[in-house]
Amino acid sequence: MSTARGYREYPQRYRYEAAVCDGCGKWHFPPRLICDACKSETFTPRAMRRTGTILTHTVVHAAASAFADQAPYAVAIVEMDDGPRVTMQVVDWRTGELKSGQRVKLEFRRISEAGPAGTITYGYKAVPMSLLA
Amino acid sequence: MRDVAIVGAAITKFGELWQQSLRALAVEASLAALKDAGVDHVDALYVGAMSGGLLVGQEHLGALLADALGQSHIAATRVEGACASGGLALRQGFLAVASGAAEVVLVTGVEKMTDVDGVVATDVLATAADQEWEAMHGVTFPGLYAMMARAHMQRFGTSARALASVAAKNHAHGIKNPQAQFALRLTADDVLSSAMVADPLHALECAPISDGAAALVLVPATKAMQLSKRLVVHIAASAQAGDTMMLAGRASLSELAGVARAGALAYQQAGKGPTDIAVCEVHDCFTIAEIMATEALGFFEPGQAAAAVEAGVTSLGGRLPINTSGGLKARGHPVGATGVAQAVEIVTQLRGEAGARQVAGARVGMTQNMGGTGATAVVHILEVR
Repeated sequence: MSTARGYREYPQRYRYEAAVCDGCGKWHFPPRLICDACKSETFTPRAMRRTGTILTHTVVHAAASAFADQAPYAVAIVEMDDGPRVTMQVVDWRTGELKSGQRVKLEFRRISEAGPAGTITYGYKAVPMSLLA
Repeated sequence: MRDVAIVGAAITKFGELWQQSLRALAVEASLAALKDAGVDHVDALYVGAMSGGLLVGQEHLGALLADALGQSHIAATRVEGACASGGLALRQGFLAVASGAAEVVLVTGVEKMTDVDGVVATDVLATAADQEWEAMHGVTFPGLYAMMARAHMQRFGTSARALASVAAKNHAHGIKNPQAQFALRLTADDVLSSAMVADPLHALECAPISDGAAALVLVPATKAMQLSKRLVVHIAASAQAGDTMMLAGRASLSELAGVARAGALAYQQAGKGPTDIAVCEVHDCFTIAEIMATEALGFFEPGQAAAAVEAGVTSLGGRLPINTSGGLKARGHPVGATGVAQAVEIVTQLRGEAGARQVAGARVGMTQNMGGTGATAVVHILEVR
């Protein structure tokens, strides 16, 4: 990932920043430039609560190239408690914990590395709340 | 809008074709379609291709093909909509003829995928997903469809064995298609014992990486009889619709709403319904995709398609044969070629030239092609009158 692209995405990857529509109050993550519900073009940035629920998931065995050393790894669509549905990896799970309805908490983790000399991309991953003390 | 007819149709062998370049495949299919139609020039051509740039380092495919055909002066356009590129090219060709902008149009779909290794091809296919918010987290295309499969299983109780039956059925059909990439006899047990790619989808539930091309010649129906001695196949409907770019953005993860919208538009255009369709090619990039597509097109109630596959309803000899060509699974899936190849199969069926896989007396057929997880959806209804 280019340094500039990484920089542009910091507010979402590092701070879970959603765009809350000034017109209808809908939470958008990732942020949009026009609301798909009411077509408003003004938003207020707000950090999402870091908790949500797994809607569906998979365990990827044939990895994308940047994730080859992580396979097999779990990916889920998580419905955040503030509303947005977000695709992310699930880590630190035990057999049987990956299921629809599982509560998760987002943690700040390393996502991928662009080769030995490239930038390291950080961002959010989900951890099952049953694991957390 | 003018009534549009298909008067030429051709397809190359699909597979891992080391001896043929993207250019050679596109030319082979195009020339064969022009010969089939009995025409030697076209006014315009549309090339459907997903990613010449990333797969073989070549863009500008409209001009490339027009020149290679010795017709560098014509209006030549490349059309892209991920795995729906071929279906979109057909729709653009249809619109050009229907609107009166062109009289004779060539539509060619092509992809050359095996010049790169499987890992690169997987990354290229993942460019159909949202790079910043899906692929960034390591989700592959099989991974996205696996999440749809799990949602469908949770909601309807769809079994892994029923999904595997889709692949077994399409391979049984593919054995009867000489152009298909694979001639393998597979059971559902074989499918379920293949390696896991993205749980719950196994390797033998995923369409392969393929090379190949397919082409069609379109003219106004009023000219079809003069131009060609072939049985005239009418395009009774050409419909396109959309859905959210990201799978996560959908209200339902177990339905293909964009496909349902395109299907409803197509039925309306043609003045027909699901029970009028005698044979159908759907976009089975993964087993679950065929299940969800046939439900979206109204052939089965939501949650009922899996049982229909297991009962043989969608097999050759069943009430509604689906993917008689072998589908993406067995015929192969050179992504830009797929939407055109589906129409070539339906033309072949409606002409009564499908040989061992012929659906007797078929007069109305359908094709359903989609890009990404269904964000681009295109449906055509073809008919002999």
